[in-house]
Amino acid sequence: MARAAVLGRLTWRVGTVAALRDETDTARTIVLDVPGWPGQLAGQHVDVRLTAPDGYSTERSYSIASAPADGQADPPVVELTVQRLADGEVSPYLTQTLAVGYPLELRGPVGGWFVWNPDGPASARPVLLVAGGSGVVPLMAMIRERAAAGSHTPFKLIYSVRDPGALLYASELARRGQAGDGLGITYVYTRTAPPGSTEPTGRINAAALASAGWPPDQSPAVFVCGPTGFVEAVAGLLVHAGHDPGAIKTERFGPSGGKP
Amino acid sequence: MSDDYMDGNMLGGELGELFSMDVTSAALTCVSCGASWMVAQTHVYPHAPGMVARCPTCDAVLLRLVRGPGRAWLDLRGVTCLQLAVPGS
Amino acid sequence: MGIVSPGFSGRRRAADEKLPPGQYLVTDFPVLSAGPTPRVDTGKWELSITTEAGQVHRWDWAAFQALPTDEPTVDIHCVTKWSKLGTHWRGVSLDTLLADVKTSAGFAVAHSYGGYTTNLPLADLVDGQAWVAFDFEGKPLEAEHGGPARLLVPHLYFWKSAKWLTGITLSDHDEPGFWESLGYHNYGDPWREQRYWGD
Repeated sequence: MARAAVLGRLTWRVGTVAALRDETDTARTIVLDVPGWPGQLAGQHVDVRLTAPDGYSTERSYSIASAPADGQADPPVVELTVQRLADGEVSPYLTQTLAVGYPLELRGPVGGWFVWNPDGPASARPVLLVAGGSGVVPLMAMIRERAAAGSHTPFKLIYSVRDPGALLYASELARRGQAGDGLGITYVYTRTAPPGSTEPTGRINAAALASAGWPPDQSPAVFVCGPTGFVEAVAGLLVHAGHDPGAIKTERFGPSGGKP
Repeated sequence: MSDDYMDGNMLGGELGELFSMDVTSAALTCVSCGASWMVAQTHVYPHAPGMVARCPTCDAVLLRLVRGPGRAWLDLRGVTCLQLAVPGS
Repeated sequence: MGIVSPGFSGRRRAADEKLPPGQYLVTDFPVLSAGPTPRVDTGKWELSITTEAGQVHRWDWAAFQALPTDEPTVDIHCVTKWSKLGTHWRGVSLDTLLADVKTSAGFAVAHSYGGYTTNLPLADLVDGQAWVAFDFEGKPLEAEHGGPARLLVPHLYFWKSAKWLTGITLSDHDEPGFWESLGYHNYGDPWREQRYWGD
């Protein structure tokens, strides 16, 4: 199966909304038919451009949530999961106005560094994924890719959210985490834990990373994604715990949500 | 808001329109302090008349990009060189 | 132009006839920056004007605050297409600052804490066209908008109104600044839509 790194210059192309799926009260997955899509690697993103009738336009970046296998389908399908920001300019349009059949302009796939490839040279290494809020989106693409490729590379996801209502892909993650095929998931709730939980709430810390992650001597490949503050804090904790900085790949979102 | 820098992953779209290969996984060396970073790791300030990528070690400007109608200007004076992976060669 | 996104109008209000070509009105005050926000203590702040002969005139914060001020109300226009009308500032006119400066220079470069520069003809800084502003809408100018003090030159695109101003150097030759050396127009008149080289 052809794995598209980025071949040729990127240009804007138009996708059509095929389906919409609410993930939470404020987040929605947009399923796009994108004719001519060259395919992508798990972790890559697209730039989305909106244009008003008078020519005003603005762009934002969103990680691709779907597995590369969907991008190779016929017709190719690309899924984006968008978190609505209360004072956003683009996310309210994408999560509330956009409807099935609407066009959406995108450019991509973008990025060759923050990617996980089940066929890549490092694919045997265990993988630690650390997600802050909507930072889980590109990591979900990696989890979905792992399943689609039939890979048993040991994966651990640590997913930090405010409260259970903010979890993206909640039921799918529950199902995948219980499949017994080498994917472990730990949730860290910063404000409110699920009812009956005995775990303390609070920000992710060194102890959580140690107990829910891989020890440094396992040399995991690490992917951290979320708001800038979250990413820096987690990366710092991991380096302090002895993980090789060169093995930690990070992707920062805006203060809370998509990349501006 | 100005202190909320992003990272070089977001340059991939703009630079991807100019280069035929992924630039976010290129390695660069800062002219000012000599530190080596991947483009994806640089601190990018996107809220500006152009995009500015700064060195995570010393904050010096590494590269700048301005897009105008039908033109782009790219300044790489802040790096000693870019090392790009060229697939297939 | 990209395809129109059905139902999208963006945050800003519709274009207004009083605006320069290509501009949109905004009600907030967007923050654009090429780097981290400098945090400058007024106790350490200094403004200097250096002539083409190398003569330096300096003001610390106390001396600067003791100067006569204006309260201009001006429209501002950013090259990224947003405009704000009727913004209120308090600042010291460049005419006041240049009153005792002996110069025959034709050009100026404004320098910011943090390294940003922008160039403009000296003629565009004088005759009531420019201020070093330190209050915005009745309150001290916030760091993210260029405080303690920024240059204010409203008749040009707002990238010429250098934030975190620390100095102005005067020269016989023109020296393109941070954006002027990378595609942005050397002069930047919004009414002639001089955004990029060759406009």
